[in-house]
Amino acid sequence: MSVMQGNVLSTPAIVATATADEPKISMIGTGAYLIEAPGAFDLPTQRRIWALAHAVEDWPEVREVVPGVTNLLVILKQTPEEPEQLHLRLGHEWDCARSIDLSGKTVEIPVTYGGDNATDLAAICDYSGLSDREVVRLHWQGDYTVVALGSAPGFGYLHGLDPRIYMPRKTVPSLRMLKGTVTIGGMQTGVSVLTGPNGWNSIGFAEMQMFEPTKTPPALLAPGDRVRFRPERIEL
Amino acid sequence: MIEVLQTGPLNTVQDLGRFGFRNAGVTSSGAMDRLALMVGNLLVGNAEGEAALEIQTFPFRLRFERDMAVAVTGADCEARLDGRRLPPWWAMPVLSGQVLELDTPRRAARAYLCLAGGIEVEPVMGSRSTSLRGGFGGLEGRFLAANDRLPVAGAAGPAVPQGGFGVMPPETALAAHFPAPEDGTLLVRAVPAGEYALFGAEAERFWTQTWKISSHSDRTGYRLSGEPIRLASPVELRSHGVVPGVVQMPPSGEPIIQMSDANTAGGYPKMAGVIDVDLWRLGQARIGSRIRFVRSSIAEAREAERAVRAYLDDVRCTVPMLAQALAAMSRR
Repeated sequence: MSVMQGNVLSTPAIVATATADEPKISMIGTGAYLIEAPGAFDLPTQRRIWALAHAVEDWPEVREVVPGVTNLLVILKQTPEEPEQLHLRLGHEWDCARSIDLSGKTVEIPVTYGGDNATDLAAICDYSGLSDREVVRLHWQGDYTVVALGSAPGFGYLHGLDPRIYMPRKTVPSLRMLKGTVTIGGMQTGVSVLTGPNGWNSIGFAEMQMFEPTKTPPALLAPGDRVRFRPERIEL
Repeated sequence: MIEVLQTGPLNTVQDLGRFGFRNAGVTSSGAMDRLALMVGNLLVGNAEGEAALEIQTFPFRLRFERDMAVAVTGADCEARLDGRRLPPWWAMPVLSGQVLELDTPRRAARAYLCLAGGIEVEPVMGSRSTSLRGGFGGLEGRFLAANDRLPVAGAAGPAVPQGGFGVMPPETALAAHFPAPEDGTLLVRAVPAGEYALFGAEAERFWTQTWKISSHSDRTGYRLSGEPIRLASPVELRSHGVVPGVVQMPPSGEPIIQMSDANTAGGYPKMAGVIDVDLWRLGQARIGSRIRFVRSSIAEAREAERAVRAYLDDVRCTVPMLAQALAAMSRR
């Protein structure tokens, strides 16, 4: 036992790769692999996911890569002949993947906090024990990074929410939340892009167009972009 | 041009789907029965992925505003051209002013109307498929309505001869490569997905029971009803990309299969993934019908894919030869 501990201490890097650093790799159906990074939802992990996406997207058998929140979906052109081998290659690529910093643009989003569209602000106050003014201030003072786009066209998952205003998703979603609603879902925040059912908590509204189908690129945000919310109006 | 005379809701322009924008949250859309779309296109001399009409609510009627060739594939909806009944999976020339009528199919869910040249709406992000949720693609991002007129491109392939011709539907031609329904229950092959192991012994009931496709099912996804399978304690995953065919287990314990218009991301535990080659059959499953999942493998899926490819190659090679031979005969 003591010998092993000695080894562990002398080679921390190898231990890290062999144990705590194993991603979870699984298939969805016959044409897609999901690689989930171990550890916390933080930017270093997300940067490594971006590096993995970058390394894998040019593989000849890959049709699309879809970065998620500390994970990557790899969609193949066809069902692999040797699925285990591809599994191993993806694992190896993760081991080699180093952090890349996507040097994104900074997008400032004007927001009307409170008002008719902030139907969940009171619940966040109850949950956090903060006043509505505090919740709003902590939200607009945040410095956010787009970790991934997904769910709906152009929707950006933002990292950087102050832990004091983390708020679990609702068990009963709002049936018709307006496009442009500024929301908090767990430890993430974002601006909804479609009017419809939504389980995140609304605190405000933004007019800015996040997606235009005929533009190149169609989405305003991209992974690595920085986002600041500017409180244009606060209606409390 | 073609003009829609009568239609129910949710009939749309679809091709094989929109790829390359999933990382921007854009769902693929595309035909629910891709095989029917491909065969219909091949029958009228198109490339297999041209845009066509996906008809899933009936009755549907349209008028052709010029002479062209058309094919009706997918669900057998007793197609009639100016009142004259057409065989299923059939291609034929039509004349300007003729009216095509499709009725509610007795089995299966969706019919495809392919036109020589293809429907020529403006592609959006590389595809003509309608994204109803996103409100783009197809005809102004919406489903068809009476009086809509749709442009049809000029035909590229050889003319379809008078009287037309048909093809053996994949359901028959490929019967040896797909499990036959049991007592009207569609067998859908799937492989376990990421959270399968979390369900432990409970997972067995996923395969053994028969699930009913609930009325809360559409192109976005199928909600199944049956004996719930729940986790001891609920699990919420970080948002990750998903693909059509993924079978998710929400806290209710009744599975959801994501289909063509599915969200690009999800967070529910994933029980299984339907093998890609079986998705067209699921696309033809009707609300209220029953399905059972059959545990499959990548090797089995590849075997079925080879058979489908051979069938499509056969159609692709035979159609021009048949068209020419029939045309020569009619000239004599």
